[in-house]
Amino acid sequence: MEIYWNSIFTAINLIFSFDKKLIEVFFLSFKVTIIALLISCLIGLPLGTFLATQTFKGRNLLIGIINSLMSLPPVVVGLFVYINLSRSGPFGWLGILYTPTAMIIAQIILILPIIAGLTTQIIEDLQENYNDLFVSLVTPKITTIKAYIIDARYSLITVVLAGLAKGISEVGAVIIVGGNIDHLTRVMTTTITMETSKGELSLALALGIILLITSITINLIVTYKKYNIKDRYYGK
Amino acid sequence: MVSKKNILMPIKVKKLNFEKGQRKLLSDISCEIKARGITIILGPNGAGKTLFLKFLHGLISDSTSEVTFANKTLNTSIRKQQSMVFQSPILLRRSVFKNISFALQQRTKIINKEKILKVLKRVDLLNLVNENAILLSGGEKQRLSLARAIVTLPKVLFLDEATSNLDPYSIQIIEKIIKEVNQQGTKVIAVTHDLLQAKRLANDIIFINKGKMCEFTGAKIFFSKPKSKEGKLFMAGKLIV
Repeated sequence: MEIYWNSIFTAINLIFSFDKKLIEVFFLSFKVTIIALLISCLIGLPLGTFLATQTFKGRNLLIGIINSLMSLPPVVVGLFVYINLSRSGPFGWLGILYTPTAMIIAQIILILPIIAGLTTQIIEDLQENYNDLFVSLVTPKITTIKAYIIDARYSLITVVLAGLAKGISEVGAVIIVGGNIDHLTRVMTTTITMETSKGELSLALALGIILLITSITINLIVTYKKYNIKDRYYGK
Repeated sequence: MVSKKNILMPIKVKKLNFEKGQRKLLSDISCEIKARGITIILGPNGAGKTLFLKFLHGLISDSTSEVTFANKTLNTSIRKQQSMVFQSPILLRRSVFKNISFALQQRTKIINKEKILKVLKRVDLLNLVNENAILLSGGEKQRLSLARAIVTLPKVLFLDEATSNLDPYSIQIIEKIIKEVNQQGTKVIAVTHDLLQAKRLANDIIFINKGKMCEFTGAKIFFSKPKSKEGKLFMAGKLIV
């Protein structure tokens, strides 16, 4: 039990001493994940809606591929991005390996299938319900897509939270493409991995606690807001 | 108000057939529906009534069959002059007002608040204008569906068992409005298996059984002396599907 108390004490100490290193690592973690999440949502939400509402050859295969990509192993993604961004790789000329940009790319590859895949499922379910009405009203395609996104908004918030959880907890890919470089690509999860390997379990656990509290707090705030709006609109 | 002369009439159906797998769900239906009155499509459960209605409205189409309105093949422009009320109300997850404004916008591109409030008053939902449609009772939901369907002043109104499982108050409001819109020039084609309702509303009866049109006749004739064997059995409550 001593290790837990030490960790909690260390975590409290780190937070209230406004440890510069911790703040740096903390903000970089969120910067990388939030940018990756935003880009994934910008692509994934319309893509998922498009897949749910359109019929074309190869659609089912595409949905199957996206669903399979939802369980991509992060280390494999890291390796894939690493090979492509390394000097000898096809995108080596960009010179972005071991930078936050590479970490964002890796996270997008991990988050995008989750956003697109779950959006497809949610909109498909809604479409089953709405389809006859929209056909009857002769609603233009673009209006139906907008209507699906608006009416599925509360479910889509949960999808975004799932994407956030995937990104913020990710370590395998970002450590390979970021390299865990101090003051440049070191984030919470890679720091925890490093401190654990150094035997600094208290510090690692303290960082883990901070990561956990932050993640839970964000989820609680978003969920509370979601239900607050929903209750106001739908009633309790 | 819809002009008394209905420009979409008559509706002609030629050799309507529909199969799903090995099952023939609609078989060789041909008829001509006139502008006058309310036409009720009657028949037992699983007879193909809803399917026939969906064909008429263009929710389902088949290249081999032909449905024409005023001698013009059913197209988008004709369908924009029709409305449908579904058996299970399909409502957007929005307020009562927004459900109606959405439909109105699809037709007129303008949201006429006064018009919406007027139609809500007609179906006795004015006090629920800002409520979420999902939270309404079954009867309120169906009345909202009817309000949404009539706000666009359709030339043809299709109703698919719109009053099944509703309380007498909602049934009374819906039937009253159906009669009113019909008198104002809207052709009403409704599906039901409720004989009493058919008696109250119908001018013509299309009787369908096992995907076949057994009878298309005036309501008075059908209820006093049905011509078909199936019609007689149905009236006697002895028709087995």
